[in-house]
Amino acid sequence: MKTLRQFVWGILILVFAASLMAGLLAPAPYGQQFRDSTNAGPSRRFPLGTDELGRDRLSRLLYGSRVSLLLAPAAALLSTFIAALIGGLAGYLGGWWERLIMRFIDLSLSLPWLFLLLTVRALLPLNVSPVASVSITFALLGLLGWAGPARVVRSGVRSLTSSGFVLQARACGCRGSRLLVMQVLPNLKPILQAQFWISVPVFILAEANLGLLGLGVSEPLPSWGNLLRGLENYGAVRSNPWTLAPVLLLVIVMGSLHLVFPGEDYYS
Amino acid sequence: MTRRCSVLALAAYLLSWRAFAQQGGELHFCLHSEPKTFNPQLVTEEGGETIRYLTGGVLIRVNRSTQELQPELAVSWKILAGGRKIEFALRQGVSFSDGTPFSAEDVAYTMRALMDTDLHSPTGDSFRSSAGPLDVKTSGPYHLTITFPAPVPGMERLFDQVAILSAHSQRKESLFLGPFCMAEYKAGSYVLLRRNPHYWKRDDAGRQLPYLDSIRLDIQKNRDLEMLRFRRGQLHLINNLDPELFDQLAAEAPSSVHDAGASLDSELLWFNQVPSSPLPAYKKAWFRSQGFRRAISGAINREDLCRVVYRGHASPAAGPVSPANQFWFRAGLKQHAFDPQGALGRLEQEGFRLDGGVLRDRDGHPVEFSVITNAGNKPRERMAVMIQQDLGKLGVRLNVVTLDFPSLIDRISRSYDYEACLLGFVNDDMDPNAQMNVWLSSASNHQWNPEQKSPETEWEAQIDRLMRAQASVSDPRKRKASFDKVQDIIWDEAPFLYLVYKNSLSAVSAMVQNARPTGLRPQTYWNAERLSLVSEVARSR
Repeated sequence: MKTLRQFVWGILILVFAASLMAGLLAPAPYGQQFRDSTNAGPSRRFPLGTDELGRDRLSRLLYGSRVSLLLAPAAALLSTFIAALIGGLAGYLGGWWERLIMRFIDLSLSLPWLFLLLTVRALLPLNVSPVASVSITFALLGLLGWAGPARVVRSGVRSLTSSGFVLQARACGCRGSRLLVMQVLPNLKPILQAQFWISVPVFILAEANLGLLGLGVSEPLPSWGNLLRGLENYGAVRSNPWTLAPVLLLVIVMGSLHLVFPGEDYYS
Repeated sequence: MTRRCSVLALAAYLLSWRAFAQQGGELHFCLHSEPKTFNPQLVTEEGGETIRYLTGGVLIRVNRSTQELQPELAVSWKILAGGRKIEFALRQGVSFSDGTPFSAEDVAYTMRALMDTDLHSPTGDSFRSSAGPLDVKTSGPYHLTITFPAPVPGMERLFDQVAILSAHSQRKESLFLGPFCMAEYKAGSYVLLRRNPHYWKRDDAGRQLPYLDSIRLDIQKNRDLEMLRFRRGQLHLINNLDPELFDQLAAEAPSSVHDAGASLDSELLWFNQVPSSPLPAYKKAWFRSQGFRRAISGAINREDLCRVVYRGHASPAAGPVSPANQFWFRAGLKQHAFDPQGALGRLEQEGFRLDGGVLRDRDGHPVEFSVITNAGNKPRERMAVMIQQDLGKLGVRLNVVTLDFPSLIDRISRSYDYEACLLGFVNDDMDPNAQMNVWLSSASNHQWNPEQKSPETEWEAQIDRLMRAQASVSDPRKRKASFDKVQDIIWDEAPFLYLVYKNSLSAVSAMVQNARPTGLRPQTYWNAERLSLVSEVARSR
């Protein structure tokens, strides 16, 4: 198990390092169109071939990994933080505070966020640079993705507050924020970790879907999301299997993350 | 003896082939939207138009292959009174789908209903060149004269859209004069059309048309699923194929795909020139400058757009009319030449300067603007990204913004909060009169600066005059001369930067006989009454 973890750590470090050094490793600028080599297969010049506009797929994958690997976890962190705050308060305070917060969470889950996102897009200025647009996209995902995890956190806090060690701490006079910080939060860590790692791939895929509404990462900046959008055409994927590279990378990275940061303490 | 037997066998084989080829069967293809109405006078969208085309009997039909007018329920017609009046002699012995006879009264009833202002018929609106009553006089069961309050240019062609209703039946929408009748409709699922047993048309051998027993129109919005079903043999026709899917299918079954050349549709880009738009004054000044617009146009590599985005199934566009529209096409117009250096020179004449790789106007503002297009339309998104790179070479920073369609429409027609827009024009009507709502400065679809109280520029005033002039005469040559001048002005002033004319791409199953796809809608089934299906057995023979 230890060897496997070391191997997986190696993969993750490699992927993160490659994405951070995209400027050095990429064979071409990610937006440059080689219009005479569109939809080309893998070659020495284009190791992963080119896309429909003749852009080098490997370069786009490296830069896209940088965007997604930095911003999707950032968005997941934001949503997990909000979930911990709101879910934690609901579970810890109990009573009508809990009922009120739970109704708010239910309301948030039932709202048609699609329309909210459309409204946000309509309100945004049009001349937004691709970097700003990608930051806005992931910030929105982070701000809107807390409700589901908040319910899980609230259940976790409820079970923790009624557990033996918390009762014992209370009996010893530990109350209020001290009880929360010293006893509840450390034991909540596995739940928060699990929610965090669940959110990362969800946000990466959500970003891909938001692209259809004009909210995703704007061209020519690549991200795993808009690279995955290129796989909509089944016929093209079947004849060009190397276009599955972003999926493969996503699966490897997500699988690796689950192996090195497991939530097994919580699940066990 | 052996030789005679061989000849007889060959003859028998050919006869059996013909019998198989015309044995009936059910043709399957997809509608991409739910029909909003079955009233042929209120049709506005693809689903309704398809059903009207297949079920409606019309007086005159535009032959989609030759673009000539051909007599249908009218055997002859004559335009009188300078284009205000039309006189029809109708076909005799024609019956509706229930067997009741067709006469001039039905045409009179249809035209009165169509021109009723309370009906708000889009088809009726195309005949309405000025206010006033319509006068319809019948002289016998097969002759009638229709007089409009003012000349209606290109009037005969408009009758291609007028499906004749029964004057006497209470069930007007369920009686048909076309080759097929409505048989069944399941909302969200399918429309079934059956052969009209009383259809008047016969083939050269005297056999009654249509050959098919029925047509099933499956309501299917997803083009990928449509393609999958076509590959499995569950569908026989696909119209308006995406170039990418076309090429995939061409690789699998080359004989099933058809590129009928240029369609009437074009893709274009325009700048927001609305004076009241919430744009900074300096940007408004750029967009209202003819030199700026022409320079941007000259920096766009249209050949590459056709080659890369449309995989060669498009041609560079020069003006508002595509070569598919044989009569109105202005052959003398050439696309704005791709010349980045020339474009930069033109911009320098306008006071712009290239400063450290960034183009700046005379006040030092960097030239940066956004282009909006509808999200999910891959060819448009790709064109925008290619234009982004082309303009980047001039030092212009272009931001590509994809929006959902309602937001986009809101920006271009209500709030005017946008800078440039990339969209397409879908043309069904070949006559420029159908584009009055685009070219008149007072029109709502005069996209670059709509609904002007009076023309804000001299060239727009000139377009107004020319469009009204062409609409007030019936002589096609005079009309063409006026509209040619309009096309010249559009080319010179570049309010719309025409990018490409899309080709008409379609797929037809090898089981379908007599299909001759064209560039005009409906591309594959325009001769539906003559389409037939061969069984797999006959095909293998």
